[in-house]
Amino acid sequence: MATDIIIHDEKDNVGVVVIEKITPKQDCSCWIMENDKTVNIKSEDEIPLGHKIAMSDLNEGDTIIKYGHDIGKVVKSIKKGEHVHVHNVKTKKW
Amino acid sequence: MFTFTTLKQRSGSIMEIPKSFLGYKRENGRAGTRNHVIILPVDDISNACAEAVANNIKGTIALPHSYGRLQFGADLELHFRTMIGTAKNPNVAAAIIIGIEPKWTKRIVDEVAKTGKPVEGFSIEGAGDIETIMKASKKAQEFSMWASEKQREECPISDLWISVKCGESDTTSGLASNPTVGNLMDKLEPLGVHLCFGETSELTGAETVCEKRGKTPEAQEKFKKTWNEYNDFILKEATDDLSESQPTAGNIAGGLTTIEEKAFGNFQKIGSRQFVDVLTPAEEPQKGPGLYFMDTSSAAAECVTLQAAGGFNIHLFPTGQGNIIGNPIEPVVKLTANPLTAVSMREHIDCDVSKILSREMNLDQAGDELIKATIRTANGRLTCAEALGHREFVMTKLYRSA
Repeated sequence: MATDIIIHDEKDNVGVVVIEKITPKQDCSCWIMENDKTVNIKSEDEIPLGHKIAMSDLNEGDTIIKYGHDIGKVVKSIKKGEHVHVHNVKTKKW
Repeated sequence: MFTFTTLKQRSGSIMEIPKSFLGYKRENGRAGTRNHVIILPVDDISNACAEAVANNIKGTIALPHSYGRLQFGADLELHFRTMIGTAKNPNVAAAIIIGIEPKWTKRIVDEVAKTGKPVEGFSIEGAGDIETIMKASKKAQEFSMWASEKQREECPISDLWISVKCGESDTTSGLASNPTVGNLMDKLEPLGVHLCFGETSELTGAETVCEKRGKTPEAQEKFKKTWNEYNDFILKEATDDLSESQPTAGNIAGGLTTIEEKAFGNFQKIGSRQFVDVLTPAEEPQKGPGLYFMDTSSAAAECVTLQAAGGFNIHLFPTGQGNIIGNPIEPVVKLTANPLTAVSMREHIDCDVSKILSREMNLDQAGDELIKATIRTANGRLTCAEALGHREFVMTKLYRSA
């Protein structure tokens, strides 16, 4: 069963692209590793392999959850299906 | 002859974990996955002598390194702990220790002798290389022929002491190969195995979550102190802002956004385990089976050398882009989830779990594959790194010598 996106933990609000890239308006299959379930999402951006996609709408100040843990804060609002990276998320450390 | 522990997995499948492996039973009750006779130089200037002995006598290996003179304080203590721990490791059947002068050589010999294994020391001062090589070679021949008669016997799986460390990580590491190691830990820890993770620096960003994985308030406090000391050292020595270098430009290109994300990817290696204690570099665990955190560098060869000196007898090494490290006494089993690395660097990869990314394999299946590879290696199958001759033995130095 092929998958386009892997989500580690049920609680995660981002998934990771595991195919070469996904294109805008692509219907993607997502595998939640923790419980072995499948969910679907329509992408809004082109997102390359290894990069993250938002699984829900996120507002400025929201926390990004990956591996079930806080990995940073949203600094520019993100729509479900959009690319999540250094342009809209920053560490809380510095 | 083998019996199995049956484990019902989260995915519903059944995994049969062998209850035993074929190892070398040692005098002190530990078991080795290898049967090395080592020629260990105490210091840099004794390397030539140690290498000459290993060249003379087949079935022995020399472990040359770069230090051991004019060290002092905690740095000298670490040097001794690494030397002694390496020779005490159950993968070592017998050891020849060669140093420039008798006092430091004897200090190592006396500690190693407590294990009950054959060990003999030689010092070069006053005799010269050639006479020392002759004397040490005669003893090494005796040890090598004695060790060659040792047979593998059935040992309980709890005799495995497994260390882990990842390297040349990429997004496939946090996605799949590190969680595969975590899956193995979750399955093997209840069977009484000793486990060890390190890499103090790479936990930066996940340090508060890692601290809470301490099983006791003492373990948590010890972790906090260890990480803070590391962080203070970095802040003191750093000449530029670390926020610019972690994650690295390469990490960012690969999709890693924050240092926290990188750290949690690394942290997947311990699964859902809690650590029972925090070890100083090269320290042997004293609190029974379970997971330990060892304060180590994140440089692969330094980290594995310290873990081997702590007594660990088999190592698991997830890699993304393809780190090629090996160790002279502790076999290093490499796994990758990167399909490109699995093909382009095939001769370095012992366990290919790249099918996770295409969902042709789930984590439980990947964990099972890794358990199989681990047991085969423990039983004697050479790792890729061993077959290719990787023997990286690298001492950790805390500060400059006097």
